[in-house]
Amino acid sequence: MNVKKLLSNRSFKSASASVFAILFGLLIGYIILLISNPAQATRGFIIILNGGFNGGLRGVGNMLHNAMPIILTGLSVGFAFKTGLFNIGASGQFILGAFTAIYIGVKWTFLPSGTLWIVAIIGAMIAGALWGGIAGVLKAFRNVNEVITSIMLNYIGMYLVNFLVVSTVFDLTRNQSISPRAAYLPTGGMNILFPLSSANIGIIIAIVVAIIMYIVLEKTTFGFELKAVGYNREASRYAGINEKKSIILSMMIAGALAGLGGGLLYLSNTGKHIEVVDILASEGFNGIPVALLGLSNPIGIIFSGLFVGHMNMGGFYMQRLRFVPEVIDIMIAIIIYFSALSLAFKSFIENLSRKLGGRTK
Amino acid sequence: MEYVIEMLNITKEFPGIIANDDITLQVRKGEIHALLGENGAGKSTLMSVLFGLYISEKGKIKVRGNEVKIHNPNDANDLGIGMVHQHFKLVHNFTVLENIVLGVETVRGGFLIMDDARAKIVNLSKQYNLRIEPDAIIEDISVGMQQRVEILKMLYRENDILIFDEPTAVLTPQEIDELMKIMKRLVEEGKSIIFITHKLNEIKAVADRVSVLRKGKYIGTVDVANTSKEEMSEMMVGRKVIFEIAKGEANIGDNVLTVRNLSINSKVHGKSAVHNVSFDLRKGEILCVAGIEGNGQSELIYALTGLLPVDGGEIYYKGEDITHKPIRYRNSHGISHIPEDRHKHGLVLDYTLSENLVLQTYFLNEFQNKGFINFKSRLTNAKKMIEQYDIRSGEGPITLVRSMSGGNQQKAIVAREVEKDPDVIIAVQPTRGLDVGAIEYIHNQLIKQRDMGRAVLLISLELSEVLGVSDRILVMYEGEIVGEVDPKEVTQQELGLYMSGSKRGAGYERKETSE
Ligand SMILES: Nc1ncnc2c1ncn2[C@@H]1O[C@H](COP(=O)(O)OP(=O)(O)OP(=O)(O)O)[C@@H](O)[C@H]1O
Ligand SMILES: [Mg+2]
Repeated sequence: MNVKKLLSNRSFKSASASVFAILFGLLIGYIILLISNPAQATRGFIIILNGGFNGGLRGVGNMLHNAMPIILTGLSVGFAFKTGLFNIGASGQFILGAFTAIYIGVKWTFLPSGTLWIVAIIGAMIAGALWGGIAGVLKAFRNVNEVITSIMLNYIGMYLVNFLVVSTVFDLTRNQSISPRAAYLPTGGMNILFPLSSANIGIIIAIVVAIIMYIVLEKTTFGFELKAVGYNREASRYAGINEKKSIILSMMIAGALAGLGGGLLYLSNTGKHIEVVDILASEGFNGIPVALLGLSNPIGIIFSGLFVGHMNMGGFYMQRLRFVPEVIDIMIAIIIYFSALSLAFKSFIENLSRKLGGRTK
Repeated sequence: MEYVIEMLNITKEFPGIIANDDITLQVRKGEIHALLGENGAGKSTLMSVLFGLYISEKGKIKVRGNEVKIHNPNDANDLGIGMVHQHFKLVHNFTVLENIVLGVETVRGGFLIMDDARAKIVNLSKQYNLRIEPDAIIEDISVGMQQRVEILKMLYRENDILIFDEPTAVLTPQEIDELMKIMKRLVEEGKSIIFITHKLNEIKAVADRVSVLRKGKYIGTVDVANTSKEEMSEMMVGRKVIFEIAKGEANIGDNVLTVRNLSINSKVHGKSAVHNVSFDLRKGEILCVAGIEGNGQSELIYALTGLLPVDGGEIYYKGEDITHKPIRYRNSHGISHIPEDRHKHGLVLDYTLSENLVLQTYFLNEFQNKGFINFKSRLTNAKKMIEQYDIRSGEGPITLVRSMSGGNQQKAIVAREVEKDPDVIIAVQPTRGLDVGAIEYIHNQLIKQRDMGRAVLLISLELSEVLGVSDRILVMYEGEIVGEVDPKEVTQQELGLYMSGSKRGAGYERKETSE
């Protein structure tokens, strides 16, 4: 009886679809391992499953650090999605946020060191918000599809940041940005929990922000407006909601989240710098699978971000067995395909619950 | 082999509701079989089971005497079953032609071959007098034409068992007559039709037999010829329904809404959609704007409610100029609007019933505290309205509106708009798609609102509604008001003359001067 009740619960159904997707993805991943190196496949698979745990506490800390930026870009994509927008521009917003944080960290050293990093990440959020806002304005006033504009803004953002890095905070000898030493993030106690790892206050901020986003979306009238516009723009207008403003704000918030991710990652004392190359920031795109797998629910995104981070660490450790880490990318891609098919899984679970329970009364 | 379709002991459940409870429906070959039932009685669900959109938990289906399993619409199509849905299922940015062939395209060497299809469709459309423009995009054509597209879709697939789910709810009276003729013609050719409608006149006019459902249960099947409208509605609602609208004299008060020389340029053609319209709406009256669809009524309403900007003239509400006030100002200061298109404007289909019931009031202190939603008062509000307006759904306040029956969606909108305690209620086709019981209820509501001193502006295409409910009628033709008539004196014929532009009232003569 209880099993039946659980099975017919709406959100349980959705979440279990993601879990099924993950299990199928892992299974197929295992088959791929078998094909590429039969002798080591099982060992490799165990390493993947162990993910960050392969490296003890330090590995776990690194896993958290790995998850931090993709939780935020996942939130960016997921938040936009909940409000009816497809933000494929997280990459551009992310890198603009990163640059702004570095710029402030390097140039505004007149600020006391305790507040500098805070100002820097606020700057990162503003930069991301403005970048996302451009796509929002175009969508609201000219009805230009945000997918197209935000793809273009990704490239514009990347080249703009390359240009800005070279002209403002450039380390010529290394062809990369200068380290914002004065603005490195505090560890927030993570160094005690996970000694020697890269983890810092960033992951705590990411989780707190996810919880805030959940509250905004589900508990406030503001979220109610944004979602209404996402579901039905005309009906929202009829109801008196300023739908143009809502669209712009949604994109700005999405942009701010991605920008925050960029700022936090590049202010971490882990030797990460903006390199002046023509490559879009992959964290932006990884936000899409994280959001999908988390069903665009901010709390779900915390877990899916951690999961993808975990898998990434598994891939990292698997290199010991001479597997290429790309195998992990393939597995994640498969999981995403399955979660995109989650509707099919959903109906599968519905059938299952019907068979188990028979008639409802 | 007497029956083409037999649905035996069908049971279909949704969370919280048994939409079809042991229903049996038997349709003879070559008949028009009407399906009658209150809103939410389970008609659309039963037809969706026949069409393979839902799979019933229990029961069996026989087609032409053979037991069959219909798992999806393709199975249904293979059995010759076609369906026109209550809310059309067309691809909005495809052309008429593309929509018709969608799913059964002819492909040669990997290329889409449209020529044969086009010829066949043009032929069919001539043969059955179903006027369409093959290359028009769906979103640009009228609902009437969209429906003809749906019918052609079935004919193109050579279906001979045709399901029409409330086809007349969205049509103008003229279009309804045409459709009836087409349906009769189709059965003469040996096709069989299942026809869902709430309008008993239509059943009387075309159907051979009628099956009645009530709250998911099968009540019975009777011959239309031997059954009166009163008997049918009693079968359906379980009580007597009064068709005459009982109302006392109007007690008319001050002006609440004053419209002066209002003009709106048309988006479609060069002329103005609304031209120099002036009228007063007073407390305690039901003023109806009658007219054939597309003569500017929609634009007029959009202007009054703020959805469309005005190109000339003024609107005064209780003496205040609101011509350029935002939508929220109007709908929170006592102007209610029951919109024409419930899916486009009236509801957020993916929100729950309780969320839709506060769609314009969620920000009031009653429903929020410092920006945080007050879920408790939202729920109480929903429960109250559900109870009071008899809004039926599977799971009450938490039902997704998308899953509610069409008529209950409409009731939810009416409940929301009336409960706002407005001074002006603008009701556009408020009874579209409702069953006779619900229509009676809404008419009584409108009259009650009037008697409470509120002003009602009614837009309706239904002449019986126009004549029965309103206290005063303005007729619109080509964007202008061409006459004001008294519903107690005017005949349907005379009203028709005004509506078709052949007659103008005193004081509404066409201005020939270059002014
Ligand atoms: N997909 C669904 N999910 C959940 N409940 C549903 C679904 N479809 C219909 N229902 C419920 O089943 C009942 C029957 O609905 P149905 O649409 O068949 O009514 P109907 O007779 O066609 O009414 P109407 O005249 O208003 O169109 C309603 O209470 C509705 O809320
Ligand atoms: Mg229906």
